[in-house]
Amino acid sequence: MNSKFIAITTATAVGMGAFACAALARDQVKVAGSSTVLPYANIVAEQFGKTFSNLKTPVIESGGSSAGLKQFCAGVGEDKIDIANSSRKIKPAEQEECAKAGVADIVEVKFGYDGIVFAVDSGAGEWKLEPKDLYLALAAEVPKDGALVANPFKTWKEVNATLPDFPIAAFIPGEKHGTREVFEEKVLHAGCKATGGDKLQLAKAEGKDDEAKKKAADKACNKVRKDGAAVDIDGDYTETLARIQSNKQGVGVFGLSFYENNKDKLKVATINGVEPSLETVASGKYPVSRPLYFYVKKAHLGVIPGLKEYVEFFTSDKILSADGPLVEYGLVPLPDAERKEVQELVKSGKTLATAAK
Amino acid sequence: MTVETAPMATGTLIASRSKQDIQARIAKRYAAERRFRAYGVSAILFGILFLVALFSTILVRGYSAFTQSAFTLDVNLDAGAFGSSSPPTESDLLMADYTKLANRALFQVLGVDPANRADAKAAAALLSANADTQIRKAVLADPSLIGKSVQLTLLAHGNVDSLMKGQFDRNIPEGRRQLSDKQLAWLDKAAEAGFLAKHFNTGLFTYGASSKPETAGVGVALVGSLYMMLIVLLFAVPLGVAAAVYLEEFAPKNFLTDTIEVNINNLAAVPSIVFGLLGLAIFINFMGIPRSASLVGGLVLALMTLPTIIIATRAAISAVPPSIREAALGVGASKMQSITHHVLPLAVPGILTGTIIGLAKALGETAPLLMIGMVAFVVEYPKTPIDAATALPVQIYMWATAAERGFVERTAGATLILLAFLVCMNVTAVILRRRYERRW
Repeated sequence: MNSKFIAITTATAVGMGAFACAALARDQVKVAGSSTVLPYANIVAEQFGKTFSNLKTPVIESGGSSAGLKQFCAGVGEDKIDIANSSRKIKPAEQEECAKAGVADIVEVKFGYDGIVFAVDSGAGEWKLEPKDLYLALAAEVPKDGALVANPFKTWKEVNATLPDFPIAAFIPGEKHGTREVFEEKVLHAGCKATGGDKLQLAKAEGKDDEAKKKAADKACNKVRKDGAAVDIDGDYTETLARIQSNKQGVGVFGLSFYENNKDKLKVATINGVEPSLETVASGKYPVSRPLYFYVKKAHLGVIPGLKEYVEFFTSDKILSADGPLVEYGLVPLPDAERKEVQELVKSGKTLATAAK
Repeated sequence: MTVETAPMATGTLIASRSKQDIQARIAKRYAAERRFRAYGVSAILFGILFLVALFSTILVRGYSAFTQSAFTLDVNLDAGAFGSSSPPTESDLLMADYTKLANRALFQVLGVDPANRADAKAAAALLSANADTQIRKAVLADPSLIGKSVQLTLLAHGNVDSLMKGQFDRNIPEGRRQLSDKQLAWLDKAAEAGFLAKHFNTGLFTYGASSKPETAGVGVALVGSLYMMLIVLLFAVPLGVAAAVYLEEFAPKNFLTDTIEVNINNLAAVPSIVFGLLGLAIFINFMGIPRSASLVGGLVLALMTLPTIIIATRAAISAVPPSIREAALGVGASKMQSITHHVLPLAVPGILTGTIIGLAKALGETAPLLMIGMVAFVVEYPKTPIDAATALPVQIYMWATAAERGFVERTAGATLILLAFLVCMNVTAVILRRRYERRW
């Protein structure tokens, strides 16, 4: 029995060694990153596998933009991922981190926009929101009679007489989500400016110089109330949907494509009188949107079989044009001229450092 | 206490009490016991209630995932669609426009004019985007079909499937529906004529990950989970049993072995995500095994299962009475012979039970897999354990976050499949224990 054990263990060890050797030649593209980009990347990967029958279908990990970029910046080599999906632009600090690990040449590909919508239960009537309303309803401190006070509003009607008399309950993306950044920048900050809250915050802000003060004021503007009226959702949009269905008077933040797939259960609110749609987001009329990216390791192009093809396929007219599968799913397409630019960029392999100049 | 025991000793005390008083006390004690039992029963009922609620919601949501709507169409595979050379070359067969063939067959039965582009687009949207692959598969399997009209069952689009299962409300205004009035009318016509129907969903078991609910299945996840279970068996069982045998039979009782024992018990309670972090650091970063591979997942789960197996094996070995060892040693067997010939065979049922329960725990684990890249969209079947794969619970997690309605039932359906596996494993463990366990 003992000798059998030894035999089995040795056999498995040898087997493992064989696997490890086989692993040296990777013939499959590996992608990781944003869960917002994931459904789009899935569609492309699936079509890629169908179109290129001689190449393997890429493997796409989800886990968030930051986690994806962190993996991406871990270094160059067969055992490191080739592409990071991101729902925000790479930060300079991350780029430095990358360069330190030897990933100096990064190709940045912007492939479309994502609209961020505010939606209520389908039976909750018409909602016409403005950034100002959302700011007044959700910020921690709001201006009242020329001074900043802790948010006193209890119902939407108190905020804006045209809104329904519902208690304020908003389900907003948690701080680990890329969507939160857009929400703060395009909604809370805009509302803060519109109500004059930014000036009051600036007057109150502490800091060494004007710049530090402005930074502190911006941060204070984006502070969300903590008394239970605004709920951070750390999960996915499915969780936000479940929250809305159990609280029919709540407002939730969704991606445009998620809303499009669930418009029988949800009703979308207009922002500044504009209803979110592919057209209004693409034209910039609808204010709350963000670009979606993926980042490619240039050192892997031409080394990992299928990587070049995948990137070219992703940016091809077949995938990205207005009647392509991504737009059908809910991606806001790039304008034609911008798409051509992206295709040129992919062809030339222009990297981020030079692109930034 | 004193009041109740004292009367037994002193008869005078009993006499001083009325009979009624004693009976009242007895009744009280019985009532207390009944209450005590009732607490136990209600605790069990409470548990069962939750279990029933959980299972019934999953069942109600998930049973529909096992059927799938499909169109049964007569697809005309005319030779003209396959290029000019006769017989068609392999690339002709691969590159032919199968979507066109599928759409043509559908337009014919629905009475849609292909020249009307809006209508044609709306009607084509009823078919799954995978219909072309289905026809291609049929043609590649049997090229002699070319030139004939073949009856094929082609998947319907996910939205059509959700409608057929009543997951969409068809009475809400057209603008908020996924399907237009015209498409609804076509579908009603098709369902009435009998060429649109629900079939058993074999795809749920054979397809890999997909962005479309109708072509999403747990096939890749099942294979990934299977590989991982095999690796757990290969690594954790020999290591665990060897460690347990040594600790139980040979190791001296001293501070060192006590420390080891405490640590093994501790490891069994360590949160599983910690094992994921360990796996990332050692197997991926240090040993260089590729991410997302079931080999890494299996090794991580093996580490996680090891304490469970060691503890179960030690319990099984210590349950073998010392008289058996002594008898073996008495007739001249060596220590090793007494263990391999007598102790281990008698402990096997206990070891197997522990192993199966450990495996079942590992099968349902997601957290450690998150760190090693197994939460991924994998379309192709892994051929070896170092190919990218995913696992059953991970597939459930990924589907739970998808936007399309069709993934809701699939999430519950995959949960049912996972539960079925777990029930099977646990029942096997119980049967093994019942049948082979010896009591001394």
